[in-house]
Amino acid sequence: MSVSFALLGLLENGPRHGYDLKRTYDDTFGRDRELHYGQVYSTMARLLKNGLVEVEAEPGVGPDRKRYAITDAGVTDVAEWIGRAEKPEPYLQSTLYTKVVLALMTGRDATDVLDAQRTEHLRLMRELTRRKSGGDIADELICDHALFHLEADLRWLELTAARLDRLASRIRS
Amino acid sequence: MTEQPLLTAEDLRLSFGETKALDGASLHVWAGEVVALMGSSGSGKSTLLHCLAGILTPESGRVGYAGRDLSAMSDTERSALRRGEFGFVFQFGQLVPELTCRENVALPLRLTGTGRREAHRTATEWLERLEVADVADKRPGQASGGQGQRVAVARALVGRPRVVFADEPTGALDSLNGELVMKLFIAAAKETGAAVVLVTHEARVAAYSDREAIVRDGVVREQEYVR
Repeated sequence: MSVSFALLGLLENGPRHGYDLKRTYDDTFGRDRELHYGQVYSTMARLLKNGLVEVEAEPGVGPDRKRYAITDAGVTDVAEWIGRAEKPEPYLQSTLYTKVVLALMTGRDATDVLDAQRTEHLRLMRELTRRKSGGDIADELICDHALFHLEADLRWLELTAARLDRLASRIRS
Repeated sequence: MTEQPLLTAEDLRLSFGETKALDGASLHVWAGEVVALMGSSGSGKSTLLHCLAGILTPESGRVGYAGRDLSAMSDTERSALRRGEFGFVFQFGQLVPELTCRENVALPLRLTGTGRREAHRTATEWLERLEVADVADKRPGQASGGQGQRVAVARALVGRPRVVFADEPTGALDSLNGELVMKLFIAAAKETGAAVVLVTHEARVAAYSDREAIVRDGVVREQEYVR
């Protein structure tokens, strides 16, 4: 969902061609996940249908002849989206919780499950820290966001590791 | 692997009264690597660091440094080793309050016989490297917490130790200052080739390490060493 708002928002400073939109998006937000051209054009088609963008046609043929411009309704939507708080996602750990409970129920070592996850979390945190150290302010902020989330997961892992006995006795009762 | 670890702990045991702080802890640290000792409060991670550094002596087990047995050394030999080969960064309280920051950093060099002028010149270089040259003539009490810790890092590295022991080096700092201390600390340690044994309970601090070793109930779960 945020891709279409991001593309829409990029049009606020002036109309752009599809390829220009893609390039600007990749430079600004893409990092590890660049957009496909197809994604840009299908998103633009949907925004066009909903009246959030309009097309300024140029002489010639082909999709790159189209310049997209944001409409007033589009500007309103972008403003509403930017101003709206994101829903916090408190249940990211549910898969891990399921694994821990299943391990306990089936007599496997739940500590191993938690240890393996911690190693993986720390591995990713190291990678992000390295990227941050060598990067600019944008890299820094993006990596820090991920780092704080991973850190929160790790705190849950530690707490769960310390409470495994209690969880096990509850499951077996 | 043919290369030998620089620092080893083999099956260390140490109790404080009824509490077993270390219950068969083993660890291997290779030259130049940064190892984070992680674990909750009371897990034994700080005790392990103190044993590795020769500050505490375990009741049983062996601590080895560069092929030498720390427990077989006299107190004098151990002190000489700590002064000459090891550096220390603690949470706080390590700088001499009556000396300026430059004098604090110069101190380890002065203690090993370097002349005053040379020691001060080297100290100034280290303060610049840690981006705290502006507090060189101030006393630690006049510097901020983050600046003080960077002065402490400079003091730990000035003698070019082969191992730096750091116990919660960012524990008293907010996360922004803590990050800066870690970034400059680890970059400088890597440059001089010092190994770092880092005790922390914060994952974001541990993320500056090359690998982690988890301490739980006085035992270490060591991650495989990969070079």
